Amino acid sequence: MSDKTAITLTINGHDHAIAVEPRRTLVDAIREDCGQTGTHIGCEHGICGACTVIVDGEPVRSCLMFAVQAAGKKIRTVEGLAKDDKLHPMQQAFMDHHGLQCGFCTPGFLMLAVGVLEREPDIGDDDLLDVLSSNLCRCTGYQNIIKAVRAAAKEMRGK
Amino acid sequence: MTTHTKGTGLKWVGRAIRRLEDPALITGQGRFTADLPAVHRVRFVRSSVAAGKIKKIAAPQDAMVITAADLRAVKKITPMLHKFNYKPVGQPVLGEGVVRFVGEPLAAVVAASEAAAEDIADLVDITIDETAPVIDARDALAPGAPQIHAEAPGNVILEGKFKSPEFDTVWKTAAKIIKLEARSHRQNATPMEARAGHAAYDAASGRVTLTCTTQMPHVMRTAIADMLDMREADLRVIAPDVGGGFGQKISLCAEYVVLVWLARKLKSSVAWTEDRRENLIAGFHSRDQYIALEGAFDKDAKLLALRADIATNIGAYSCFPTTCGVEPLMAMAEMPGPYDVKQYECLARGVITNTCTMAPYRGVSRPVITFTLERLMDKAASAFKIDPIDIRRRSLIGKFPYTSAMGLVYDEATYKETLEMAVKAIDVPAFRARQKAARTKGRHLGIGFATFSERTGYGSPAFAARGMEITPGWETVILTVDPSGFVEVRIGSSPHGQGLRTTLAQIIADEIGVTPDIIKVVHGDTDTSPYGWGTFASRSLVISGGATLIAAQKVRAKLIKIASHMLEAAPGDIVLADGAAKVAGTDRSISIAKMAREAYTQTHRFKGEIEPGMTETGTYDPPGTFSNACHVAIVEVDVETGHVTVEKFLVAEDAGRIINPMIADGQVHGGIAQGIGNALLEEIIYDESGGILTANLADYMPPTAHEIPDIELHHIETPSANSITKAKGLGEGGCIGAPAAVINAINDALTPFGVAIDEIPATPQRIRAALRAKEQAA
Repeated sequence: MSDKTAITLTINGHDHAIAVEPRRTLVDAIREDCGQTGTHIGCEHGICGACTVIVDGEPVRSCLMFAVQAAGKKIRTVEGLAKDDKLHPMQQAFMDHHGLQCGFCTPGFLMLAVGVLEREPDIGDDDLLDVLSSNLCRCTGYQNIIKAVRAAAKEMRGK
Repeated sequence: MTTHTKGTGLKWVGRAIRRLEDPALITGQGRFTADLPAVHRVRFVRSSVAAGKIKKIAAPQDAMVITAADLRAVKKITPMLHKFNYKPVGQPVLGEGVVRFVGEPLAAVVAASEAAAEDIADLVDITIDETAPVIDARDALAPGAPQIHAEAPGNVILEGKFKSPEFDTVWKTAAKIIKLEARSHRQNATPMEARAGHAAYDAASGRVTLTCTTQMPHVMRTAIADMLDMREADLRVIAPDVGGGFGQKISLCAEYVVLVWLARKLKSSVAWTEDRRENLIAGFHSRDQYIALEGAFDKDAKLLALRADIATNIGAYSCFPTTCGVEPLMAMAEMPGPYDVKQYECLARGVITNTCTMAPYRGVSRPVITFTLERLMDKAASAFKIDPIDIRRRSLIGKFPYTSAMGLVYDEATYKETLEMAVKAIDVPAFRARQKAARTKGRHLGIGFATFSERTGYGSPAFAARGMEITPGWETVILTVDPSGFVEVRIGSSPHGQGLRTTLAQIIADEIGVTPDIIKVVHGDTDTSPYGWGTFASRSLVISGGATLIAAQKVRAKLIKIASHMLEAAPGDIVLADGAAKVAGTDRSISIAKMAREAYTQTHRFKGEIEPGMTETGTYDPPGTFSNACHVAIVEVDVETGHVTVEKFLVAEDAGRIINPMIADGQVHGGIAQGIGNALLEEIIYDESGGILTANLADYMPPTAHEIPDIELHHIETPSANSITKAKGLGEGGCIGAPAAVINAINDALTPFGVAIDEIPATPQRIRAALRAKEQAA
């Protein structure tokens, strides 16, 4: 099991040349081989969504993808959301609407919501609720997350 | 909502300012335990059987595998209570001789990577001679049940008894006796970050730094140093960003002791990150109780007396430091809840079984006792043919201070007012009309009420009353204005999502006239924070907040003294505001930064009248206070499938002075979501052999955004005389009231069917089973 494959992961525009076992999950590679620990691990079985990152424009559970599957693809994580110290509207909205408490699930929610809204800016409220129910948060009771994402959606559409 | 942390002329307390915690957390810059690199990774090999004798633990060749045989010098985890016939039982950090639950750690594999450690763990060969396990509390109490610990005959680890002197006399006068058999199944707090620990040896100092997901860093240090016979000074414990705890991260984990032992042995760094399966089977459980409750009512449906028989399944061992008394004894002390009932009889037992150890989880016993008591009130209302709201009006406490049957003193609260506020806001007549119309269409709506008290800010006498060897009731805060005029606050509490850095900053800002953005709260590191008890039991804003206010008052007094000196004005004329001391009615002022600098660098100017520096300490140990609330749930039950939808949730609550309304509302929202999960979805299910059937998040189901309705909040602020900030705690209330309100609403919806649901969680299976049984009986 210890044969390693050389791959390059492109995270937030930076290339990381790493060698991983074929069984290495993408989230482990992002965190441990590339040192980007903003992406968190909550369950490792694809339920909680704490590890959600955006791969080639799609939000994915990085615990359910192997690192080797992501080679050559564009990976975006929470560390890449803010540009030149300016927060992404989604980050700002989470602060303004108290959409986080302990902050552990937050990177996953941010990447899920950003990924979906970039793909579908005019998503309806019911569909948005469906999307947000794919991740778990244990602190907030979700109401403020929903408010934050709706506010950010408006902002991202240019009001 | 006010969204900035700078400003002028306004009080900071009471404002919904944005949290100072958030910028790091939303940019991926939070620092959690599992983010740390380590030379060695640890995987625990856990028992797959619930009861038996360990015959063999064999490691693969060349693998480093630690067992109890290596840890002979390590003391057992042996928490202590000095009352209630408590039987101290010890837990070896790795199973020794006997296994007592599925998930008990038996061996620790050390390897270079997590994957390698997992591969080796799969090859560790363990032979256990299985014996018959006891899983359910009632089975464990049955005569002839297998004995799990020799020290606790009959599997009873503690027994609390209480009876009011006049109980029997009053009981006989009752017009009606209402009985209820309530069952709360086992749950897991399920923080999104499971447990993790990282222990690193420093060769230069010989010290070990344990970074871990704890709510109580100082207590972890004391306990682990004791168990390993170390000087506390040689151990530093850090709670970095912690991804939720909800009580689960209070208790000492055996795993952390092993990590510190390994770091010292290997003179290196070792890390363990719990996976979700481990967390669900071995990361502490809660709420597993049977309660038989009887209420005696007079002819006007006023509650006269309560009799409770509480059996709490505490699992295989007792948790440290609270002990397993935390559930049964809290149930006993607080069972009468918000009602004026002077006659009370109670038997509360902690029962040992071959299951995961029980430990505190948000609300501790109160979600269970509130659900039980509020079901009883609804049953009584039905028996008296009066409205559930009306029956509560007749018995809620209205005069304060109120002394309960067991001697608890309730401070000023608004049990009746919050009920009326909720009743008005939900518009009961409109709901009843809608319910009636829906029933004609085969749709079953229900409304449920829960009124309750939430005891918060437990001071050390409250813990001493339980006979606890450790009484974690006080907090210390050290407040420094440094020579740059920046404020640093070192606290013994250990927040992990509660926003305490922000709310403490608001308290200080008002007291010394600065803005919250120049205040940094330092916590979670035994090297840099004063000894304290951490964050749990809705205590931090009351106790750490109180200690913060005391320290800030001292700094304020010192600043005024210095200003008086430097501005040559009477102390009574000095006003602290906008970062400066001003002489009232003049344009003379001096900045706080300048005064702080002088306090360090120009001490000769104060002629020995003012001590050098600008550091003050506050310690607070309050008598305890009671928040209160009324929760209302509106649900729809699909009688064909048993599925319950919570349509609306409304809260009228009183937690005293609200320091930051945004943070307070967030705490209530989160608690309600957990309460709804507890009421409908979440259950750790054991099979007969003691295996767990709910070991992943598809089977153990915390609620998603879909299950949580809009939550409408209404506040009353009754400032508490028992809290110097006037704030009462409110971290647990949401999950205390929600299960009762939801279950009462389900029963209201099912009224036409004549079934009773007295069990949480009220899963579709249970609701259908009750309906099916009724159909078959008809």
